[in-house]
This record gives sequence, structure tokens and C-alpha cells, in this order.
Amino acid sequence: MAPPSIRRSSSSRKARLSAFTGYVIAGLAALLGAALLIVSLFQPAAFSGLRGAARDVAAPAGEPGAIARSGGQDLFAWIGGYFQAGSQNDRLRRELDAARIKLVEMQAVEAENRRLKALLDFEAEEEQAPVATTRMVGATASSIRRFAFVDAGSSDGIAAGMPVASASGLVGRILETGRHSARVLLLNDMESLVPVRRLEDDVVAFAEGRADGGLRIRLVNLGINPLKPGDLFVTSGAGGLFRPGIPVAVADEITADGALGHMLSNPAATDFVAIMPVWNPALHDAATAGALPEAAAEEADGVSAEAGEE
Amino acid sequence: MIEGDLNPSARRDVFGSKINRTHSPILAIAIPWASVLLASLSPFLPFFPGFPLVPPIALLMLLGWRFVRPGLMPSWAGLPLGAFDDLFSGQPFGSAIMLWSLAMLALDAVEARFPWRGFWQDWLAAIAVLTVYIFAAALFSGAHADPSVIPWLLPQLLLSIMLFPIVARIVARLDRLRLRRIRRIG
Repeated sequence: MAPPSIRRSSSSRKARLSAFTGYVIAGLAALLGAALLIVSLFQPAAFSGLRGAARDVAAPAGEPGAIARSGGQDLFAWIGGYFQAGSQNDRLRRELDAARIKLVEMQAVEAENRRLKALLDFEAEEEQAPVATTRMVGATASSIRRFAFVDAGSSDGIAAGMPVASASGLVGRILETGRHSARVLLLNDMESLVPVRRLEDDVVAFAEGRADGGLRIRLVNLGINPLKPGDLFVTSGAGGLFRPGIPVAVADEITADGALGHMLSNPAATDFVAIMPVWNPALHDAATAGALPEAAAEEADGVSAEAGEE
Repeated sequence: MIEGDLNPSARRDVFGSKINRTHSPILAIAIPWASVLLASLSPFLPFFPGFPLVPPIALLMLLGWRFVRPGLMPSWAGLPLGAFDDLFSGQPFGSAIMLWSLAMLALDAVEARFPWRGFWQDWLAAIAVLTVYIFAAALFSGAHADPSVIPWLLPQLLLSIMLFPIVARIVARLDRLRLRRIRRIG
């Protein structure tokens, strides 16, 4: 049927005028949107206050969802557990015996390590306590950008740039904060760049996000690619933002300049996250100021795209 | 009065009893806007796909209202609704304001050109709008999007296209709720 549209009114002058005004406003809205978009693209922090205020109000609505999501992840494992209880029990018993022996060996190594460090006057680096531990309440699912929302903000001491980690590894970094909520730039966002090194040796690389939600590991020193599928990558500490040694990614597929991999800490299975302080603020400032050469400066590029928002 | 002589629809229709009741202006105005705003909160749903998979539900909702009740949403509805969506979607602020306003204008143009339409034509128009929207949103996302992104947008596009008839049904249901005669008169 022909729609009872406002357009089709030819008898009512008022209806015609209001339809015309509607078009004018819609056209102006499109232009305004384009202007705002340009401002946002060049100055990403421009509307963070507005976003923060809106998120503060909406974030509590994400809590039940976060609980359901992490619960749903466990459900299938829980059902599967019933089918494997017997064989699993047997296997775990054997693993436990092996682990007991390993534990004693570990304690011996640890004691030796302490003794050697004392010999060298090596100052033990203290673990940094997290600024806040909070729930991940939401994540963008329609846009190609990968942001998550957490349920703690500047009132909990959170500031832009702080690393966000879950129990299984690095998740991302804080991008902007509201009073009671904050936005996290996830590792697999295409604008995210994290300096990493291979766990077993010091092959340094960058982990950057990919459109499909995985990570691309780009080696800093090009040449013969030493990576193998299954290699584990941890933060290297370059740039001063992330404490060295946080697990980041595992390599799946080797490419010419590095590898394609995936995040160790799957955001979908993440419920609680810890927000850590910036590891080494002095080093981070130097890196963002461009005072350090090579890796740090390159890291700074990755950060400054976001650091503009700090 | 004799019960049997009365047309059964004289006292009731799908919107409820006609006697002593009328539409609530609050519901009639608020439901379309509220439903689109609520759909904008979809980032707080418990889905964390690795790549953009969840359809732009708020835009689908807006398209649904546009097709189910043409003229109900004014042409400038993309301004306030898009601004709200931009606060949560992860897109840079202004992206949805611009793209939704353009979509509303485009649909008005389609309506002027093809006044006699059915559901299939509406669906086709929605497919065109969704395709342009999803690719344009990726282009204006603020990330350095290169052509390698395109394959990762297709599942979302397909899901959005398939979801449109369902959203249109949901909107039709909401429209019934919107026009329910719940206000008592007299």
C-alpha cells in the first residue's frame, strides 16, 4: 500500500512546511555529524566527558550480563566434567605426584636464586598492587573498534594509560575514564600496539590488533624469522607502560615478518580484571616525548595515537 | 440492546476495548524513541565477539519504525538517536549522527520515488542502507582500515540483513503496544 506519508500531504500547508523543516534539520544534522566526526577523528578525546557521563549511568546495566557471560563460558565445561570424572581423577592423581617432586625442586631453585641475588646485591623488584579490581561490563560488538567497559573509574584512582590484565594475561589499557566507569582499548583493536618479547629468549616484537580479533606479531629485527607456532609472548617492558612479563599472545601461524597469533586472555571469557598502575612512569614519559631511540620511540607512536586522549 | 446484533469489532479491536478507553499519548510517543535508545545499549549485552559480528541493532530498530510507521519518526531523528548511539558504540562521536541522518534522508527519497511498496521493497531498501552503513562505519571508525577488513564485515552484514524481518516484526509488536488503549476516559 502507499504509505500514509507526510510527503503526500498537498492540502495542508502546515504539514508541508513541517516536512520541509524536517528535511532541512536532517540535512543540517548530517552536516553537523560530519563536522563532529572530523573533530573526533583528529581529536579522539574531544567527547570523552560526554561518553564518560553516559557510561557511568549505563554501566551498572552490564553487570548481570557480565555474570551471565562468564557463567555461560563455564557451563559446557561443567557438563563435560561429568563424563570424564573417572579418567580425569586418575590422571590428576598422577600429575599431583609429579608436581610434588617438581615443587621440592622448585623450592631448591628458589632458595639458590635468593642466595645468588643476595650475593649480587640485586634488589628484588616488588610486585605492583593493582589500582582496582573490577568487572568487565561490556564491549563494542558492532563497530570494528574493540573497546571494553569496566565498572570502575577515576573515583577508584584509575587514569588513562593504565594496563588492564586478567588472570590469564594482558587485556588492554585504559583509554578514558568516567567517574565510575572507564573505557578499555583491547589488545586486539587495530590501533593497539604492545611491545612484547618471546618468553624463552629475547626476540622482541610488537603485538598489534587485527580486524578478525587476533593479534599480529611483528618482529623488530627483520631477517630470518625464528618464530614457531605455539611460541608464547610476554610484555617486554619497553615504553614503560606495561610491567615486563605479563603474558600477551601465543603464535599460531608464521608470516614473513613475524606471526599471526591470538590473545591469551580471551575478553569473552574474562569477568574480573585488575587495573595495574603504569609500570614505569618516567620511562613512559620519556618514550612518549620521543627521547628514547628505536623500540621505545616506535612504541611511543602506538601510544601517542591514544596518548592524545590522556 | 441485543447482544447478537452488534458487530464484534464494534467494542474491541487489536488495540483493546474501544469503550471508555483511549490511546496513551505517553506510550504512543515514547515507545519508538525508547526502543531505539534501548537498542543502542547493546554493547552491554554479554557478547564479546572477536570481530564485529553483532548487527547495528539500534539502526535496524530505527529502520523498522521507519518502514512500519512511515512519518512517525521525523526525518531528523538520526540527530538525537545517532548521538546517543555514538556514546556507546565505540565509533567516533558524530559517525552515527551523520550516517543515520543520511539514511533517513535516503529513505525519504526512496519513498518519494516508489510510493507503492511492499515488504520486499522495504527489505531491499534496508539492505542498501545497511550495506552502506556497515562499510562507511568501518571507514570512519578511526582505525587504519584497509581492504583486508572487508571479509570480516560480511558476517555482520549478512546477520543484519537476515535480522531485519525479525526486527520489523518486533517493531510491529511494539507498535501494537504503543497504540494500546489503556487510558481511561469519562
